[in-house]
Amino acid sequence: MSLPVHLLWLVPALPLTAAGVAALTPRSGRRLAAGAAITAMALAFLVSCGALASALADPARHLVHNFTWFDLGSGAVPLGWLLDPLTAFMCVMVTFVALLIFIFSTGYMSEDANFARFFCFLSLFAAAMLGLLVANSLLLLFICWELVGLASYLLIGFWFHKPEAAAAAKKAFITTRIGDLGFLLGLLWLNDATGTLLFFDGGHGVLESGALTALTAQTTVGGLAVSSAIGLLLFCGAVGKSGQFPLHVWLPDAMEGPTPVSALIHAATMVAAGVFLIARIYPLMEADQALPYVPLHALTVVATIGAITALMGAVIAVAQNDIKRILAFSTVSQLGYMMLALGVGSWVAAIFHLLTHAFFKALLFLGAGSVIHAAHHEQDVRRLGGLASHLRITFATFAIGMMALAGVPFLFSGFWSKEAILHAAHAWPVSHLPMIAGLIAVVLTAFYMTRLVAEAFFGTARSNAAEHAHENPPAMTIPLILLATVAILVGFLGTPAFPWLQARLRGEVAVHGHSLTEGAGLMALSIVLVAVGIGAGWAIYGRRPRKSASAQDPLAAKAPRLFAALTNRLGCDELYAATLGRLGEALASFSDVMDRVFWSGVVRLTARVGEFVGWVNRDTDENVINGGFDQTSGGLRKTAHAYSHAQTGDAHGYLRGLAIGFVIVALALMLGGMRQ
Amino acid sequence: MNLGPLHLCLCFSSVLFCIGLVGALSRSSSILVLLGVELMLNAANINFIAFWRYSPANSPALGVVFVLFSIAVAAAEAAVGLALVIAVYRHRRSIRLQDVNELKG
Repeated sequence: MSLPVHLLWLVPALPLTAAGVAALTPRSGRRLAAGAAITAMALAFLVSCGALASALADPARHLVHNFTWFDLGSGAVPLGWLLDPLTAFMCVMVTFVALLIFIFSTGYMSEDANFARFFCFLSLFAAAMLGLLVANSLLLLFICWELVGLASYLLIGFWFHKPEAAAAAKKAFITTRIGDLGFLLGLLWLNDATGTLLFFDGGHGVLESGALTALTAQTTVGGLAVSSAIGLLLFCGAVGKSGQFPLHVWLPDAMEGPTPVSALIHAATMVAAGVFLIARIYPLMEADQALPYVPLHALTVVATIGAITALMGAVIAVAQNDIKRILAFSTVSQLGYMMLALGVGSWVAAIFHLLTHAFFKALLFLGAGSVIHAAHHEQDVRRLGGLASHLRITFATFAIGMMALAGVPFLFSGFWSKEAILHAAHAWPVSHLPMIAGLIAVVLTAFYMTRLVAEAFFGTARSNAAEHAHENPPAMTIPLILLATVAILVGFLGTPAFPWLQARLRGEVAVHGHSLTEGAGLMALSIVLVAVGIGAGWAIYGRRPRKSASAQDPLAAKAPRLFAALTNRLGCDELYAATLGRLGEALASFSDVMDRVFWSGVVRLTARVGEFVGWVNRDTDENVINGGFDQTSGGLRKTAHAYSHAQTGDAHGYLRGLAIGFVIVALALMLGGMRQ
Repeated sequence: MNLGPLHLCLCFSSVLFCIGLVGALSRSSSILVLLGVELMLNAANINFIAFWRYSPANSPALGVVFVLFSIAVAAAEAAVGLALVIAVYRHRRSIRLQDVNELKG
């Protein structure tokens, strides 16, 4: 069963239809909305599997189907669908995760009054995300990219009656918009430089050698190749969307949305869109690698940002107390890993980690959702505790997700994908700092995940809600079990011994595995680091569990100032509020003053001038024009009146006049005749 | 002063015209004014006949025919005039011209 590429539009169209249906469903039509969304997503999953089959039939080819969107003067705007293993794997992942999260949502959101609206937004998001994946045009990708941002805004602010949720939605939208400005500029520049935005177009696309040669041949400010400059502008969009430093601040706040939204959008799919974008335009990003004389390679920036983000996210996650915030910072950190992998030249490793991360992070978020739902919306790990005995399925699946994220060796997918990234970083010729940052993040990841599990699931219940928690219905546990299974299995698609996934992504048919002993030193090191992280976490939080919700964190007792700074997320939000926020406020008050004093004066002056002109006009009209006509017509009337007096009505008078006239004529003729 | 038949005819018609004019101007009855106007018209008719009769190159019956037309037109005009007089009389119970002077500016 394979899918021809010109039918690829079905993948985003199905959830879009479901979104339309759900939008037209009244509030009471809960089953219709959810049913439509889930059915459409299941069909989209099947279609994606078909697409994967046809992509794998010839992995080296980029199947495209281009068409004209509209004609514009002499030119036209073409769009298109693109099918290659990258698109196909991403589509299958997104549809699968989305399907499970939709099913989970039927349980999680069952008490919400706006159930139908929720599924409408979820389907809209899925449609936009899938449209982003199948796009063969940077323009179409950008359109879907913005739609994804819109859906994210709507879903973060789904409980908009909570002020924090409304603020978080705004923050997410505006912060990503900053990155999207760079994306838009890069898009316009690319269009200007190459005349097309299609990725693959039979040799004329921007990712094909002709355009790339042209782009690397030109340089711009500072000797930077044009391709690097465009690549970095597009990377700005990815930084915003994927929560990379310094635009990561929106992602933790986005956790104000319902937990399935966090799982779908802010863990598995949308935040990975930035990584996908860089992987998609990878030929453009790496085009400057061959140039020896450029001051900066675009990918070096990507690797730097990725390494900073990976480390920073992991450090901050250590000191968070909200279960979803911990996972959010862990997402930031893992996205940093993916960027790091892209930057060091292994986009395949990045996509592998993206896929495994999508599964286990969706699993972790849904597990967190399950905990939150069971514990009556208690999210603070200090007030949870002892849940392992109440929520057995949730605990088991959450533990699998935790071990996958921490990188527990051999069985769990996160281990293999993280290893691939570390090996790629090790092989990077420029610097070993990203690898070191990655290794430190490995310890921290293992540590904070152990802390999270130990605090939430072990020890004693530290609140009523945690004490009376009970397992959720099957609609919520079955997705957890399925995701846990996949979170284990998907790792075996890309082990070093049999890197099937990597080979297919690269477009190779043959799979060249290599022995596990190759690079075993690094692997052993990271296994040791994971063990250190988990051991330390267990020693601090597991062996002596927290006694009460208000007890001080053991780390806070050791280094209170550092811990407080980390709890405050290193003050990034405060820094932005103090600098950019102040700047914005200053600009706003300046505009206000300008508005009140200057523009208002100009407007009033203009109004006065207008008033004066109007007054002059009226005066002229009344006195000059009207008066002139009045006088003329008055004169005419008087003359006519005078003439009319000649008409007396006296017939004798008329006759007399005639006679006198006759006599005068006769006399004149006679006198004239006599003169002759 | 050598007076030929043409001059006599013209003198006669002039006298007739003057009588008609004086009559039309001096009488107040509309009917008598109309009579005066008819006299003046007939003075003109006599002139037609006289010039035809005593002109050197006379063609047969031309002046007579002309005058016959003129009389026919005058008769029609007199009929209209008398009808107007009757209409005025019905409105005002009077045919004095001095009373019918409302059509004025």
